[in-house]
Amino acid sequence: MVMEKTMGNTPVIEITDLNKWYGNFHVLKNINLRVYSGEVIVICGPSGSGKSTLIRCINRIEEHQAGTIRVKGMELTNRMKNIAGIRREVGMVFQQFDLFPHLTILENLTLAPCWVRKMSKKKAESLAMEHLDRVQLRDQALKYPGQLSGGQQQRVAIARALCMNPEILLFDEPTSALDPEMIKEVLDVIQQLAGEGITMICVTHEMGFARKVADRVIFMDTGEIVEENDPETFFTHPQWDRTEAFLSQIL
Amino acid sequence: METATLTPLGLKTFVPRPDKAPPLVASGIIGWMRINLFNTSFNSVLTVLALAFLCKVLPPLVSWAFLDASWLTPSPEHEGACWAFIVNKFRVLMVGLYPGEQLWRPMAVAVIMGILSVVTVARKLSTRLLILLWYTLPVGLFFIINGGFGLPKVEQSLWGGLMLSMGLAVIGILLSLPFGILLALGRRSRLAVVRTLCTGIIECVRGVPLITILFMASVMLPIFLPQGVNINNLLRVQIGMILFSSAYIAEVVRGGLQAIPVGQFEAAGSLGLKPWQTTVFVVLPQALRHVVPSLIGRCVALFKDTSLVIIVGLLDFLGMVKASSQDPKWLGYDAEAYVFCAFVYWIICFSMSRYGQSIERRNQW
Ligand SMILES: Nc1ncnc2c1ncn2[C@@H]1O[C@H](COP(=O)(O)OP(=O)(O)OP(=O)(O)O)[C@@H](O)[C@H]1O
Ligand SMILES: [Mg+2]
Repeated sequence: MVMEKTMGNTPVIEITDLNKWYGNFHVLKNINLRVYSGEVIVICGPSGSGKSTLIRCINRIEEHQAGTIRVKGMELTNRMKNIAGIRREVGMVFQQFDLFPHLTILENLTLAPCWVRKMSKKKAESLAMEHLDRVQLRDQALKYPGQLSGGQQQRVAIARALCMNPEILLFDEPTSALDPEMIKEVLDVIQQLAGEGITMICVTHEMGFARKVADRVIFMDTGEIVEENDPETFFTHPQWDRTEAFLSQIL
Repeated sequence: METATLTPLGLKTFVPRPDKAPPLVASGIIGWMRINLFNTSFNSVLTVLALAFLCKVLPPLVSWAFLDASWLTPSPEHEGACWAFIVNKFRVLMVGLYPGEQLWRPMAVAVIMGILSVVTVARKLSTRLLILLWYTLPVGLFFIINGGFGLPKVEQSLWGGLMLSMGLAVIGILLSLPFGILLALGRRSRLAVVRTLCTGIIECVRGVPLITILFMASVMLPIFLPQGVNINNLLRVQIGMILFSSAYIAEVVRGGLQAIPVGQFEAAGSLGLKPWQTTVFVVLPQALRHVVPSLIGRCVALFKDTSLVIIVGLLDFLGMVKASSQDPKWLGYDAEAYVFCAFVYWIICFSMSRYGQSIERRNQW
């Protein structure tokens, strides 16, 4: 599986010797990562290991201080043009959903297409309805986020990211803020997207999901990538004691 | 479930208890009074004291204001209020010394503003159109009052009364809202120059009483202005009020901005929205809704503060009330004058705050 997708391709995300500090605190240490088109990467690791920081660097919600990040060949620098270009390619779904509470579901979905992609309102709305269908929420279009359950809100957040037609989707613990009975509906949607060939990086502690959907699992600790492998090997024969200890805690 | 009959299978049958009426004390007027007025002995004492106070104060007040009042003809020996004073002075109280043959102009303006207010409160038009109307109509109305475009000019020294108060307040509110929002945004800007400038303006203005600003606008500004530049007194006072009110509105809006979680900025950014788009479409609408009560409070305060222009020689509503009560032909009617004045201020301010509450109720998204 890994071989198929990596062979002969140039990576869509290319992270080289990435380093980041918060003040004196070294959060990300020499991160090297290549992600190929259509791959699903799951990142796991203990709290505070820098998982969120890493994926937030990829669309410049956080700034890095050393190393390079390239998305589809474009390097992330302080140039607004590059940042805007990369954000067009990269969508993100957050732990707390972060929908816009003052806008209806439909308006949440059409805001960015109208203003960033300069779509007509009508076109943006039909696109939005299409994506709401995909997450099975067509009938909720005119409600406000506060009127939906957590699982529904997270599916809206996914649809909102999809409306920008990104090639890459980043998920930061998309199910951590959800009650157990809603986790499945969100994971099902993500799995379905994975099947459709969207490149995804997903920080999650749902190991069942990782096993089923991931092409590669990455384990991070204290700001480093400790281990990186296909899910089968990762879960059955971890190479490092640290990974083993982590897995024995959460499985 | 006290009596349990057994089914053939040996299970107990559940029979729900019948509903009973609630205890009598909790409903009806008596129940309400028990709960709200006499629930503790301390509250009962307070209730009785308050009733006694009302019994003492209300009857004389009612008979002064209504029963013994004379309405249309002055009668100096009369016991009660003489509202004829107000009737007689009504025109100056409303429009000051605005020439009589031109009175249709302020009347037309009042009617138009009245309709606009009713339409706004009734929400008959879309918010966008309402905002557009509020920011364009007053420009035209200004020329109706002032003259121009074929209408004879009426000197601004003749303007006064409620018309002047309302004009200062409406223009003040309409302009200090956007300036206040800009100052608040500037205070959070990433550019140090903008941030320092905005913080400086806000803190300087808030550190000074409004009266001082009005004095400076009226007396000192002409000294600093280059020779030949002549801004009239009314405009200077209006600018002073806008400056003052903007600084306070900026602080109110800043409070609302601080309540927006960083997740909102990050979500908007990750969708590719530019900073200004994030501000206009995501952050400001939420921030303003958070602070509607305080914003309405600032508007009410600004309206009441217009009464301070009397100290730089403008005769607004309160000024006209004061001047009228000193008219030698109508001495001794101060009580009527100030009661009427308070009543008018109260009606206007109360309406504003009721409107504010209705916005709040509607905004619970
Ligand atoms: N803005 C910040 N300023 C200073 N330190 C920060 C900041 N954000 C995160 N950190 C620190 O950086 C480290 C990595 O944080 P990060 O959020 O990436 O961890 P994480 O792996 O996502 O953890 P979790 O599983 O709890 O979400 C943590 O030790 C955190 O305390
Ligand atoms: Mg995290």
